[in-house]
Amino acid sequence: MPKLILRLFAAASLLLLANSAHAVLSFEITKGVVDALPIAVVPFGVTGDPLLPVDVAEVVAADLKFSGRFAPLPRKDMLSRPSEGSQVNFRDWRLVNVESLVVGKVNRMGVGYVVQFQLFDVFRGVQLAAYSVRSDADGLRRAAHQIADIIYETLTGEPGAFSTRIAYVTVENLADGKRRYALEVSDADGYDPKVIVNSAQPLMSPSWSADGNRLAYVTFENKRAQIYVQDLQSAQRQLLTSFEGINGAPAWSPNGRELALTLSKDGNPEIYVMDLASKQLRRVTESLGIDTEPAWSPDGKTIYFTSDRGGSTQIYRVAASGGRAERVTFEGSYNARVSVSPDGKYLAMITRDNAGDHIAALNLQNGALQVLTDGRFDESPSFAPNGRMIIYATRAAARRGVLAAVSVDGRVQQRFSAREGEAREPVWSPLRQ
Amino acid sequence: MNKWVKLGVVLVPLLMLGACGSTGGAKKGGGAAAPGGTPSTDSSASTSPFGSGSGVDVTPLPGAGGGDTMAAMDPLNDPSSPLAKRVIYFEYDSNTIRPEDRATIEAHAQYLAQRGNVKVALEGHADERGSREYNIALGERRANAVRDVMSLLGVASSQVSTVSYGEERPAVLGDDESAWRMNRRVELVYSGQ
Repeated sequence: MPKLILRLFAAASLLLLANSAHAVLSFEITKGVVDALPIAVVPFGVTGDPLLPVDVAEVVAADLKFSGRFAPLPRKDMLSRPSEGSQVNFRDWRLVNVESLVVGKVNRMGVGYVVQFQLFDVFRGVQLAAYSVRSDADGLRRAAHQIADIIYETLTGEPGAFSTRIAYVTVENLADGKRRYALEVSDADGYDPKVIVNSAQPLMSPSWSADGNRLAYVTFENKRAQIYVQDLQSAQRQLLTSFEGINGAPAWSPNGRELALTLSKDGNPEIYVMDLASKQLRRVTESLGIDTEPAWSPDGKTIYFTSDRGGSTQIYRVAASGGRAERVTFEGSYNARVSVSPDGKYLAMITRDNAGDHIAALNLQNGALQVLTDGRFDESPSFAPNGRMIIYATRAAARRGVLAAVSVDGRVQQRFSAREGEAREPVWSPLRQ
Repeated sequence: MNKWVKLGVVLVPLLMLGACGSTGGAKKGGGAAAPGGTPSTDSSASTSPFGSGSGVDVTPLPGAGGGDTMAAMDPLNDPSSPLAKRVIYFEYDSNTIRPEDRATIEAHAQYLAQRGNVKVALEGHADERGSREYNIALGERRANAVRDVMSLLGVASSQVSTVSYGEERPAVLGDDESAWRMNRRVELVYSGQ
């Protein structure tokens, strides 16, 4: 089977090029599961306006394929093209070994759309789900992601993460030797990237608020490290910290009221927690070494972090209220930059061996550390909010930084490619609320 | 940069001329002048390899006022001064200052200690291996190591600031040791330079 490369298209928002129908991020599946579920997503029927800005069925099929758990049937192999349940002949789909079938219709409604779809179990010949999704004029793609979420959850029993977004940092090395850094947010499939902030100086360490409406990040635009919090809707931002030394690694607490961060104002890098309402700081680590990269457990009670207090760089944990820290990782000479799975059972991290830095998942229940990737410079893991995938930064040819994703069991891998420049430090948003 | 080049071209012959005249005397004079913070024409002597100092007659350039003379004398702009070296390199995951870099740091410390109004930023950097925020911490350790030596040598804390860029601003792009060793560094950036 030819390697499927989906060329995703998106307007480069800030360039304001009317004709810029190019992908800023595209993705390819570099490793998929052999037992992916065969599904057919039939092109949706259209009533009224035949020229839709989005091919809804195509987006739904791409989402499902992207998860690595579904194998959508190519359109050319479809024997019929029903758009509602009454037109479905299950025999057409059993013949091509499809187990699940999605049909639907898009109706123009005022300035927006109503999308109706039905999901069928082909072999039993029964309907599993039927929904009607409304969208405004430019919300058709979002509606498609919601439909993919419903299908994914109905068939797997787990919530889908297709309606989520990713934030990441891009860097362009300019001809004059200068660099251009940008913090961008796109849909989880790489579409519709928007520049949140850009700078000639480094931008780092984006962190989503629990409600997905704000990002905290580190900027060097004033020739020193500062943490800002920016509202995505209004683009308004607020300077949160600008202490002497390091202001780094912001991590929003699960309840949204606190931010863990790294400050070196008292001499060396330590983890602090800031109450966002009062701006009061509470110090939670105490060591002569480097303590940084805090990550919250889902219940907000524990903070995992990177420390070299014991000689080598390892993961530790401490109560969010402070106290004695205990070491979590013991394998290898370098483990760093934790992302905690949404169920709190796994830690994704950078782990080092003789071949370089890879992404690994530590099972907290049995202590097993599984190396998931084989790049030399893999870093910045971030769990999808449904816990299935880990997005991370890796290198493509010619040192170019690109984004990739791997399933927690290592069986599914995808790669996102920025069209120009480099992408790094991806962070997956919470589920839309 | 333009200014630097200009001064380098115009002044080097002048200083060299002076150096030929008196070598030992210049050093002595410079050393004595340093602690008191006496006029900068004197204090610059000890850090210049050409020994231009109190024993040397430096003629102001035609049309140059007092301030310009001082700028002209600044060994910071002398490409053959140890002060011309503005980057200190480090071993992997280390903030230990290597013996061969001590003289450079001492020269800068001496220069700064004699000029309380001059400020320098120490910019710490790391190579690309390891996590980004850990590398920020590592870059800060390196900047602090240079700062601490300077402080021991009498540089006021108000003259030195530190910032770490971690691996975010590599000097050389490359994924092997030849690039990495150029990126594990502290850059000394004088204000106004």
